Amino acid sequence: MNKKQAQDTRITKKYFLYFPKCETEKPIVYHLVKDYNLMVNIFRAKVTPEEEGYLVLDLTGTEGEIKCGIDFIRTFTVEVNESSIGVRWDKNLCTHCTNCLPHCPTHALDIPDRRNMEVKFFAEKCIECLACISNCPFGACTSVF
Amino acid sequence: MKTYDEINEKIKSRKAVVMTAEEVISYVDKKGLDAAAKEVDVVTTATFGPMCSSGCFLNFGHTTPRIRITEAWLDDVLVYSGIAAVDVYLGATQLRNSDPANLYHPGEFRFGGAHVIEKLVKGERIQLFGLSYGTDCYPRREIRTWLTIKDLNQAIMVNPRNCYQNYNVAINASDKTIYTYLGMLRPNMKNATYCSAGQLSPLLNDPFYETIGIGTPIWMAGARGIVYGEGTQHAGNVPRSENGVPTEGAGTLALTADMKQMKPKFVRAISMVGYGVSLALGVGIPIPILSKDILKRTTISDRDIKAPVIDYSSDYPNRTGKTLAHASYEELKRGEITVAGKKVEVGSLSSYHTAVEIATLLADQIRRGDFLLNPPSQRLPVDKKFNSLKVKESGRYE
Repeated sequence: MNKKQAQDTRITKKYFLYFPKCETEKPIVYHLVKDYNLMVNIFRAKVTPEEEGYLVLDLTGTEGEIKCGIDFIRTFTVEVNESSIGVRWDKNLCTHCTNCLPHCPTHALDIPDRRNMEVKFFAEKCIECLACISNCPFGACTSVF
Repeated sequence: MKTYDEINEKIKSRKAVVMTAEEVISYVDKKGLDAAAKEVDVVTTATFGPMCSSGCFLNFGHTTPRIRITEAWLDDVLVYSGIAAVDVYLGATQLRNSDPANLYHPGEFRFGGAHVIEKLVKGERIQLFGLSYGTDCYPRREIRTWLTIKDLNQAIMVNPRNCYQNYNVAINASDKTIYTYLGMLRPNMKNATYCSAGQLSPLLNDPFYETIGIGTPIWMAGARGIVYGEGTQHAGNVPRSENGVPTEGAGTLALTADMKQMKPKFVRAISMVGYGVSLALGVGIPIPILSKDILKRTTISDRDIKAPVIDYSSDYPNRTGKTLAHASYEELKRGEITVAGKKVEVGSLSSYHTAVEIATLLADQIRRGDFLLNPPSQRLPVDKKFNSLKVKESGRYE
């Protein structure tokens, strides 16, 4: 793949956005689509006027388009987090009972090795459906918002 | 053939050969039963899962002036105080006062007796509120104070029904989601839940209660405890496979241990959506290898233990006795079973991973010479049946 092709390849990246109180009324997603040619897939959002807001989404576009889009978001006082998602799995609270597994549609919660039956959380697979939160008897899964 | 005394001598001199009920399977397979029976002294079994019939007796000590508590709450959870002056029994499944339960279905059941037990074991502070009618010798009428487990004279876990020998696999054949003590079950058999440590589970390794009986020393969440009796609903007279392993519930154990010695990791409160609260508890039980037959029974593997798949939308609540299928723990642990030609995703409420950890901790303790064995003072019944309750018309008794 030459450099030109690499630049044109559309990739998907996951972002966790935190909106402080003052930024919640701006149509940021609209601008991402219209001005930056990005495909937006929102997993979960909580954006309420007068309150802080959260948005977890996938952005699909070329690397350059995504970079420009994210730079645009950063012009506001929005916190952009690439390494985090809105669902948390607390390793110390998990007892590896495996009750969550049939409720997790994307196998983000899974047992990589059935010999030791240890449950692990693969955040990149999580679509934030929140099924684990109500189904974990030990409260190991929680939501940031 | 070995005796308890011979095994204890080896434990004391730190020469005992100890392995977990998982390790012993491949070991016997490799070495052969005869050779292994001479070598192996103790096999450790374990389980970690919800055990609803759990609770503890607490003694607060006396206040000045004295109170004979007649009603009491710990962190707003009602405790039983119909016993001596400042003793109470705190049950795991009791809900916090004013918990909406299933008023808004499915309820969340965020806090109950199990959570108070968990807080106590963690050393956290809890609130006691007690009332009394007052007497000449116990004049105080009310008490409100804070305490931790260290302030208590005794905190003794006394659980009338733990360590079910085998257990149902719950499934939902109806067209609506149901919320059970085995978790949320989606309609049309979308998922199933089992609850046993299978090949590691204590009574599956001693199916005829040959070594596990009254007085057997146990590891209970890190504390030294004992089996004090047959558990409630203990019923050994059930269908069994050729290997003697029950294919349904069967035996249970009544257990007790000092809660002050317990480790928080193995005493965990749980909230079952739409159902209630319970306590997940870790228990380890050693099996002395007194004979070849006893060793053979500890080599039972998940493949050879079957559990009944029961429809919790109708057959379980209405006690029809119908079983949809039987599944082995090997299939269950793989995460998928087939019921009526349909593939069903499977989860568990019993943690095999934690059970392995417990069996290993107990094995280490025995190897270090810190845990001696003794014969049961009384065997648990093998032939007992499980009776149901017949509801009689009011005023008539025949």
